[in-house]
Amino acid sequence: MRKKEMIAMLLAGGQGSRLGILTRKVAKPAVTYGGRFRIIDFPLSNCINSGVDTVGVLTQYQPLRLNQHIGIGIPWDLDKKNGGVTILAPHVKGGDSGEWFMGTANAIYQNIDFIDSNNPEYVLILSGDHIYKMDYSQMLRFHKEKGAAATIAVLEVPMEEASRFGIMNTEADDKIYEFEEKPENPKSNLASMGIYIFTWSRLREALIEDNAIHADSDFGKHIIPKMLEEGQVLYAYRFRGYWKDVGTIESYWESNMELIKALPDFNLYEDFWKIYTNSDHQPPQYTAPGAVVKESLVSDGAEIYGEVRHSILGPEVVVKAGAVVKDSIIMGGTVIGEGTVIDRCILDENCQIGSGVQMGVGENIPNETKPNIYNTGITVVGANTNVPDNVVIGKNCVLYGETTAQDYPDGTIQSGKSVIREGIK
Amino acid sequence: MKAIGIILAGGNNDGRLGALTDHRASAALPVGSCYRAIDFTLSNMSNSGIGKVAVLTQYNSRSLRDHLTSSKWWDFGRKQGGLFVFTPYTSNTGNDWFRGTADSIYQNMTYLLRSNEEYVIITSGDSIYKMDYRDVLQYHIDKGADVTVVYQNMEGKDLSLFGIMQMDENKRLLGFEEKPEQAQTNSASLGIYIISRKLLISLLQEVVPQGGYGLVKDIIIPYKEKLNIYGYEYQGYWNTIATGISGYFTTNMDFLKKEVRDIFVNQYPYIETKPKDEPPAKYNYGAEVTDSIVGSGTIFNGKVEHCVVFRKVYVDEGASVRNSILMEGTRIGKNCVIENAILDKEVEISDGQTVIGKSMEEPIILKKGTKL
Repeated sequence: MRKKEMIAMLLAGGQGSRLGILTRKVAKPAVTYGGRFRIIDFPLSNCINSGVDTVGVLTQYQPLRLNQHIGIGIPWDLDKKNGGVTILAPHVKGGDSGEWFMGTANAIYQNIDFIDSNNPEYVLILSGDHIYKMDYSQMLRFHKEKGAAATIAVLEVPMEEASRFGIMNTEADDKIYEFEEKPENPKSNLASMGIYIFTWSRLREALIEDNAIHADSDFGKHIIPKMLEEGQVLYAYRFRGYWKDVGTIESYWESNMELIKALPDFNLYEDFWKIYTNSDHQPPQYTAPGAVVKESLVSDGAEIYGEVRHSILGPEVVVKAGAVVKDSIIMGGTVIGEGTVIDRCILDENCQIGSGVQMGVGENIPNETKPNIYNTGITVVGANTNVPDNVVIGKNCVLYGETTAQDYPDGTIQSGKSVIREGIK
Repeated sequence: MKAIGIILAGGNNDGRLGALTDHRASAALPVGSCYRAIDFTLSNMSNSGIGKVAVLTQYNSRSLRDHLTSSKWWDFGRKQGGLFVFTPYTSNTGNDWFRGTADSIYQNMTYLLRSNEEYVIITSGDSIYKMDYRDVLQYHIDKGADVTVVYQNMEGKDLSLFGIMQMDENKRLLGFEEKPEQAQTNSASLGIYIISRKLLISLLQEVVPQGGYGLVKDIIIPYKEKLNIYGYEYQGYWNTIATGISGYFTTNMDFLKKEVRDIFVNQYPYIETKPKDEPPAKYNYGAEVTDSIVGSGTIFNGKVEHCVVFRKVYVDEGASVRNSILMEGTRIGKNCVIENAILDKEVEISDGQTVIGKSMEEPIILKKGTKL
């Protein structure tokens, strides 16, 4: 029988609803990051770099782009004869009907057969939401040294922010005695990163027992507290390095922009611990005579005829002559028309922006329909959106779909307004 | 597809590329910021639906073999067919180097004998073009040709670098001159041939044991009356790096033209290469990059104008680089001035140096790994 010391289960089914229109058609792990990567590239690359060669990717919300991206795992060398990457989708089981994954632990519970078929000693639970480089093999060594049933990776966060996280309260040697989800008065600043190593036999037992009680079985809410209650040995593993949850429009924008710094905290340019990704092809990029590109990251195949400042451009983006892009994230395949000015916006993949457009101007008024998502002045354009020539678009706006001149009264979308054109043509 | 492919990637073109081919076959030479020359032919093969390709290599094949370690980037990682890389070998029947193009195929006769496909497409590995060989094959079949030779009208170019063909009005080959001083026509062979597999086997068995080692010299030219040899005119973009330093330089600089990038970069099917997964190129505050193509992982702090910049290049503050080719991993120090130069891989120029070549036709070459 196949035997693997540790396999990884990557939870990639979440919508990431706080990313708004960016996750309208793709799951959060498939959202692009740093120009040419997607968020899931980080945990997948961490796996293969750590020697974890068997990864189950659990999908649920809008999995198409994710499935295409992962394929059979070639970019990460996860196209393995024995192991490799397997996409695990909710499915109909014996009996009458199938079930959705109802919680993080429930999703793993529903895939016990997959884990058993790999016969692992340990299971690494990951989420496809975070940007970081981590050697899981060191965490496994720690787990084994401590003889733990579960090890939870934690980050030391500033004490005043601790109440936003799941906090591990530990003894002097980092043995966990209590877990508190978003405590009002935190006793510790060790925040869970949502990365767990379990001894599989222990987890298997806990999953089965908890599933009988909670249909929405969750690691943070149910499994960890249950194991602590039973007196099992749980340890916190301190991670010292860059780790970002790019969960909101603002944090997504910030985290991307940090990469632009001359010496960023998170270095993508070192050969050690490379991040791999899937791309159709990797052609050269081109900057025309007269083009200006400063403080920016530009991906393969981009063509720049205009001006790009303090921005991130994905693969095959075109910035036409006279156009100005600043403080913005332009994702792959998007075309910016002549003379168009884009200021502090996020444009998703394959958008066509007309010429003479001004985007991101005016007052910072929060979005009318989703003020909790769009409120920092950043205007967001969803994938495959068309914007006609010569329109003016404010701040905190959301554009999506095939928009026409009629959608822009007096040629203008005021700050905080949205134009959403759903439907398949 | 009814054809198998053979890519002749053996040579260094008699040293015409100077220091650039000291350490590599010309087919392995970097081209256009992120490709190697052989990518174009390999992608053409794959994009034409050819499932089985042999690369015949001999001269300093390390970098070429490194590039081809995995054939899956060109979709040749197959159970059936796929990519074969052949080098000269020793056995109890002999231990010869490849003595010519025909000989190199002859020595790997098993590849031909064990295939079932009806036709063979033979090409070189150092030309830059995008061709659907299916069109040529259809022409070959329609003409009832024994051999089809692809040519291009090269009026105005230096014809003494090519094989020049004379044909009748039906494109039947009448004469073929290798690198003539006085060319009779403008029709230059592109070194792309289609021939039936069985005919190729019998021709090789006829000529090679008699000391005929060249495809053109010993098959095409002597057999032009006996066989129906036809020319196929290709009108698309075609260039080669094999003609020398100047050819290498201009082929690279051609990628600065939109119409050339449209062919190779923007239009499907794509030219595939071994991916390196470098992060996006980074333009820092001091970057002034214009009229240049750039590979990923490169970091700019200085001025770059009219250049072909490969992956993972570093240009420091105050540096100025013009009309040059910077290969993968080169580093240009602060306030350097570089003009009309080809910097091979991993060349490092320390702060304040000046490297200026005579002209773009005669650029200065710094060998791989040079530290100044």
